[in-house]
Amino acid sequence: MTREIEKAAGIPVVQIATIIPIMLTVGANRIVPGVAIPHPVGDPAKGAEGDLQVRRELLLRALGAMETELTDQKVFEK
Amino acid sequence: MTLRVVHYINQFYGGIGGEDRADERPSSREGAVGPGGELQNRLGDRGTVVGTVICGDGYYGEHMDEARSTCLELIRAFSPDLLVAGPAFNAGRYGVACGDICASVESELGIPAVTAMYEENPGVELYSPETFILPASDSARGMKDALARMAALGLKRAGKEQLGPAREEGYFPRGIRKSFFKEKSGAERAVEMLLDKLAGRPFQTEYEMPVFKKIPPAPPVKNMREAVIALVSSGGVVPLGNPDHIRVSSAETYGKYDISTIDDLTPEIYESVHGGYDREWATKDPDVVIPLDVLRELEREGVFARIHPWLYTTTGTGTSVAHAERFGREIGAELKEAGVDAVILTST
Repeated sequence: MTREIEKAAGIPVVQIATIIPIMLTVGANRIVPGVAIPHPVGDPAKGAEGDLQVRRELLLRALGAMETELTDQKVFEK
Repeated sequence: MTLRVVHYINQFYGGIGGEDRADERPSSREGAVGPGGELQNRLGDRGTVVGTVICGDGYYGEHMDEARSTCLELIRAFSPDLLVAGPAFNAGRYGVACGDICASVESELGIPAVTAMYEENPGVELYSPETFILPASDSARGMKDALARMAALGLKRAGKEQLGPAREEGYFPRGIRKSFFKEKSGAERAVEMLLDKLAGRPFQTEYEMPVFKKIPPAPPVKNMREAVIALVSSGGVVPLGNPDHIRVSSAETYGKYDISTIDDLTPEIYESVHGGYDREWATKDPDVVIPLDVLRELEREGVFARIHPWLYTTTGTGTSVAHAERFGREIGAELKEAGVDAVILTST
């Protein structure tokens, strides 16, 4: 889905999920590793505030990935 | 009983001429021509090459409908039990002609067919689901070998013998899975495979994974402060009650929902229906799957211009690659039309 959206729209699609090899295999170009499979963009174990902070950091990293010029797939680590 | 075999070859192997005669129209001869002699040797007394149909590769490629229907008539006239085509090696047009005539003879005349070509010949990808294509070398050096393999598989098919899976019989996989009983349970077979893998022994998967394509990365967002960002997810988060009945797994549809007036995905308005992960956390707070609350904050802070009013969402578990690719194409086209600059796609 990620790859085909990027191809059809010609715009960067940042995928946030947990299993990096799958994202690489399906052809996602901008990859941000998520926290866990059932909560990729949050960490409820860290409490309400901590959860929001984790989400904010992930989204800022995703926005950074959108602004990055690429020639090949890249995993944007913390 | 000796099987009646017709051999399809191009103008070159038919002895008519090279590229200058590639526009040669279909014709037929009694008996074997060119490589048909060796094919006859390989068939032995189990089959007889009763006729040869010859067509120029250029003609077949450029006039496919006419070439196909004429060749089908010429082949039918011999009342064959089997069609053998090629081998086409790495000749693209010849490979397409061989694949097309084999597939057509199977579907139109109900007669088994086999052909052979190099693995990268485009005929393999186009026709392997519809007929039986054996691997051949990339040049005529592998002629004898390819003819031997075609004769063996052809006799098997025409004799209505039970065929094993592609990897045992040697033909290119046709994308077909057959159900049958095994002595050992799936759990035992999986453990055996794992032990083989750990010990570095060869093992054979029972479920081939699809091969995915890569695309060049799209250019980056130039000016984030003016960017419109869309949210897409395969995490199964939908409006409460799942109004469009998106399947909990093996989804064939996605939903498109207006989030322009929503600041936070709370359990009172959204839920996860995904059948492939523990929904405990997404049920309490759907934002842990679709991060609308914090993205709204960033929008207010002016980090980017705005969030696209439409959320696209589906469940990504057991979803076929073909459906997922179609969702992507359709969503991508709509986002382009709407002038969206970038997408955040979350998956579970």
